[in-house]
Amino acid sequence: MHEISLCESLLKVIEDSASQQNFSQVKTVWLELGRFSCVEPEAMRFSFDVVMKGTLADGAKLELLELPARVWCQICLKDVEIKQRYDACPYCGDYKLQISGGEEMRIKELEVV
Amino acid sequence: MCTVCGCGEGETTIEGHEHHHHHEEGHSHSHADDHGDHNHDYGQGAAHAHAPGLSQSRMVQIEQDILGKNNQYADANRRFFSEHGILALNLVSSPGSGKTTLLTATVRAMLDQTPVAVIEGDQQTALDADRIRESGAKAVQINTGKGCHLDAHMVGHAIGDLKLQRGSALFIENVGNLVCPSAFDLGEAAKVVILSVTEGADKPLKYPDMFHAASLMILNKTDLLPYVDFDVEACCDYARRINPGIKIIQLSATTGEGMNDWLGWIRANLAIAQIGVCSPAKER
Repeated sequence: MHEISLCESLLKVIEDSASQQNFSQVKTVWLELGRFSCVEPEAMRFSFDVVMKGTLADGAKLELLELPARVWCQICLKDVEIKQRYDACPYCGDYKLQISGGEEMRIKELEVV
Repeated sequence: MCTVCGCGEGETTIEGHEHHHHHEEGHSHSHADDHGDHNHDYGQGAAHAHAPGLSQSRMVQIEQDILGKNNQYADANRRFFSEHGILALNLVSSPGSGKTTLLTATVRAMLDQTPVAVIEGDQQTALDADRIRESGAKAVQINTGKGCHLDAHMVGHAIGDLKLQRGSALFIENVGNLVCPSAFDLGEAAKVVILSVTEGADKPLKYPDMFHAASLMILNKTDLLPYVDFDVEACCDYARRINPGIKIIQLSATTGEGMNDWLGWIRANLAIAQIGVCSPAKER
């Protein structure tokens, strides 16, 4: 969706962290993305390269760590994994599911110089 | 423009503001707390393997949400609403679902009993805010420029401009878009997704993030049902697959059919918003 704006928020976090942690160059960024996070990995990579150009993260590598979508099935009373929001529970076929994980968009760590 | 949103940098304008806002300009919002940060020296068991000895690179743990900043602004907005007994609703839909028509009808029906204010989000023009003001409510237009959604920072400024009365109903009409606004918390009590019967009944499946984020779905333009091929039952079923707890109201903002259900839902939620409002908070 708005991967460019997300990358600009990401850059801001990196810049804030650079002044606090005293580094001047970023070599790798690890980003955790839940499967339901509304982020398209390819668009994210493209935007990342564009946004980081000319900054302290110019040329940095973006490592995306995809987290699975977990839901709580109210029929089976257990945590199951699904692929799409419209999926039914793979065990009982019901749609009474509560999302318990998979919406993350988190900057995990940086490799810096 | 703020880095929270970024999209359309420098192009967001809020009616009545001559300049662009930056986070640094006299805001009292708290900024990211960084107590979670700490360093890993290279070679001390960092989570990822790297070839040693090439440079003095090290690992820095961040563990921060990308939308963390937006969420902080959203929390500030939510706190303001809570302290003032204001019900804020975030109205989202595709372009052309009839949001503004629904809003003008809603304003007209509520205004004699309740203070109503509207924040209008569009890429360009103040046409919608003008339409709302004609119906009698306070309105402020936010133009997002190239941006695809409103963010909590823009809404925070608009709230300041509106000088909201206690106990108001505040409607935030988001940019017509069923994708991006789903991820941006504005501090609202609920997202209301509006779908009209001239669209596809399968939209809840095609744009699941939004239908999942919404508390209420309004099926608008029901007066056109005899003329279009729209399966109401299937649409409601799809919406409940994505979001088992979603409430659904069918109405026509043009004829007024079903409007009482919607007004009832608003009044009930407004009553809830006014319960537990503690000591008078500082006016904003």
